[in-house]
Amino acid sequence: MTDCYKPRDECGLSSAIKDAATAKMPLVVRGAGSKSAMGRPLGGYAMSLTTERMRGVSLYEPTELVIGALPGTPVSEIDRMLAKHNQMLPFEPMDHRVLFGTSAEPTIGGIVAGNVSGPRRIAVGACRDSLIGVRLVTGRGDVVKSGGRVMKNVTGLDLVKLNCGAWGTLGVLSEVIFKVLPKPARSLSVGLGGMNDTTAIAALTAALGSSFAVSAAAHIPASIGSDSTTIVRLEGSDGSVAYGARELAKLWRSFGRAELIEGDESANLWLRVRDAHWLAQPMDRSIWRLSLAPSKAPHVLADIRQKLGVRYFFDWGGGLVWLAVVDADDAGASVVREAMANTGGHATLVRASSEMRHRIDVFEPLPPAVLKLTQEIKKCFDPDRVLNFGRMYAGI
Amino acid sequence: MSKIRFTEPNREILARRDSIINDLTRLVDPAGLITSTDECRAYETDALTAYRKMPLAVVLPKTTEEVSAVLKYCHDTGVKVVPRGAGTSLAGGAIPSEDAVVLGLSKMNRVLAVNYDDRFIRVEAGVTNLSVTAVVAENGFFYAPDPSSQLACTIGGNIANNSGGAHCLKYGVTTNNLLGVRMVLIDGSIIDLGGDYLDSAGLDLLGLVVGSEGQLGIVTEATLRILKSAEGARPVLFGFPSCEGAGKAVADVIAAGIIPVAIEYMDKAAIEICEAFAKAGYPLDVEALLIVEVEGSDAEMDATLADITAIARANGATTVRESRSAIETAAIWKGRKSAFGATGRVADYLCMDGTVPTGKLSYVLAEISKIVQRHGLRVANVFHAGDGNMHPLILYNANDPSQQSKAEAAGDDILRLCVEVGGCLTGEHGVGIEKRDLMRYQFDDADLVQQIRVRAAFDPRWLLNTDKVFPLDFRCQG
Repeated sequence: MTDCYKPRDECGLSSAIKDAATAKMPLVVRGAGSKSAMGRPLGGYAMSLTTERMRGVSLYEPTELVIGALPGTPVSEIDRMLAKHNQMLPFEPMDHRVLFGTSAEPTIGGIVAGNVSGPRRIAVGACRDSLIGVRLVTGRGDVVKSGGRVMKNVTGLDLVKLNCGAWGTLGVLSEVIFKVLPKPARSLSVGLGGMNDTTAIAALTAALGSSFAVSAAAHIPASIGSDSTTIVRLEGSDGSVAYGARELAKLWRSFGRAELIEGDESANLWLRVRDAHWLAQPMDRSIWRLSLAPSKAPHVLADIRQKLGVRYFFDWGGGLVWLAVVDADDAGASVVREAMANTGGHATLVRASSEMRHRIDVFEPLPPAVLKLTQEIKKCFDPDRVLNFGRMYAGI
Repeated sequence: MSKIRFTEPNREILARRDSIINDLTRLVDPAGLITSTDECRAYETDALTAYRKMPLAVVLPKTTEEVSAVLKYCHDTGVKVVPRGAGTSLAGGAIPSEDAVVLGLSKMNRVLAVNYDDRFIRVEAGVTNLSVTAVVAENGFFYAPDPSSQLACTIGGNIANNSGGAHCLKYGVTTNNLLGVRMVLIDGSIIDLGGDYLDSAGLDLLGLVVGSEGQLGIVTEATLRILKSAEGARPVLFGFPSCEGAGKAVADVIAAGIIPVAIEYMDKAAIEICEAFAKAGYPLDVEALLIVEVEGSDAEMDATLADITAIARANGATTVRESRSAIETAAIWKGRKSAFGATGRVADYLCMDGTVPTGKLSYVLAEISKIVQRHGLRVANVFHAGDGNMHPLILYNANDPSQQSKAEAAGDDILRLCVEVGGCLTGEHGVGIEKRDLMRYQFDDADLVQQIRVRAAFDPRWLLNTDKVFPLDFRCQG
């Protein structure tokens, strides 16, 4: 059992980190711990630090579409508050509890630390695109702010984005501020059945190249369920969604007969896409997340499938591939990374045993010049290497 | 007297000028090296024309490799470098110093790839903003960020300043539409960040580079997200008898859950100036004008405009005029986008760029008016109201030194006001030299020190676009 700092406010957070830095004592930093099993394992550290007790919405101006919260605030609390004003976090953050079998509610700090987004990412951007301001405590214990509460801001370096997706290796967030969006008046899905991967991605590409308010696009191949499903979601005003659905059915005529999916059925389908529901069981399978240009995805998948038993599906119009490796002594790393090598994209090992995550690069290995910059940036935020040291890359 | 200070040039570098130029001739095509005083004069300032400094030399490389060779040379020999796109910075972001080499990207203007299936275009950094959309328009696509200077400004400059424009209310600014860059670090190493896919690996260095005002490296190529154009777009002019009514209408539209593509604001002074220039049919009998653009199918535009019109009328709008043709639409936008140029015909001006919470617009407009009057000057307001990005144009006579210092003092007061109400110094123009000394107003020393440490991780010898962004007494700290 490790000891744990549980600061209640930014001041306490700063003094905890200063203590750790003085003692050169590395800390495992976390929110509620819903995705503690992601990243390189941080075994052997005696101390941890959680932001769980730093909770609450710090700023909400519905008429300005801005919300701010302390890092330990559960995402569900923010969702509920926004829903009262018919608003939402635009980027539809994934809930990792499904994949990791954890129970603690994901916190907003954890979402930002992992730059966690969902299917709507292709239409409105990632978590990092909605995040407009942060306060954080560096590994030196310094309180630093960047960005703010306004939508457009190029005042000074953008440390907001730098810390979004840094997995707590540079600083511990003490406040996060987002721009939000009104909930769409209507949301429905249009689906096609019976398509192979190549044709399905072509259909999604046609939809995304249209002007019909597509907010999500996924393909679930036949190997996942009984039949394949290729779906896009349309969101907007009543009229625009109805119009888009009609036009899309015409656009898709050469692919097959489009079917409308509405209400809970549509909503549940996208929750499953968001949380990679189909790959969660059995829990001992390693899971990868591949980001690449959509047109390259079918080929990469065909390549991987020749060498490896996998279950998989596509989100982001094919630009995001979720992959569960059935059986491989390296979690499929050599095959996956070789298939991705010439695509320019990158692969992340989202779920694997601690032993495997110790042995294999979890995040895409960086070219030497970028690695050197990353090391220098780590050093200038956290010279004593106290914050999640080694969670993303060895030595970072 | 001009209030912005410049550091004394390094005499040792000035003394080595001939040998530096001699060395540069071996690194770039001779046609891309400018050393004569007459030719260098074109590079001595940008759109902040009140300040000028003659550079040591100007290089205009044609390839990433040439950029790399020049940067490595400058790094190894301690010569400062000032990156330059089209030189349209209103904040002095491209103003050189006497001991610096200007590295201009105007010869790197090729389109490298267009991919409609994966919805991106890859260009060299010297390509102009407007020409990106021009390339993909024939297939019904567009590149979203559209700064007013889009005819001239380059993608490299857009990245350096995270440029927005009128339509970023719906589509976001440069950072939200950039997928990847190739850039050269000061030591000459060439790196790729991001690419033709979403969310780059490792730390978000791409996000860090956007808006860094040429201090982290020089971007030579960019991969940009392109989008399918809406079926139709229609701007509507709403005239208001009071500025407060217009400001309130903006807040009410956003609060009603309507996100138009653009909401642009002009006050009476700006309306008169722009109408005289563009003949766009702007109403002259109102105190404030909103240009609201919606897009989509005809039915969708009709429905949205009905809602917006109701809100505008409830806030006292007296004129409501929809564009009825592509020609009218073009005229409406021409008037807005030429606002800065048109203002330049009637007076010299300083263009501010503070951003404020949209709920504070009316208050800030009233305060701006008081500030400018207090300094004995006039102001024209024309700005992106939907996202609170204000552009007060402080009018003055540049031939009168006392007026220039008054204008600068009024500008400082306005930016302080923006910060006080919860906003920031600059939304899309950058800090440059203009707002450098106000940075302490928005940031504590701890904030600035951390930014400077990050900057030093890229440029430890402090050679890239020095004297910009950070107060002069802040320097590299490891």
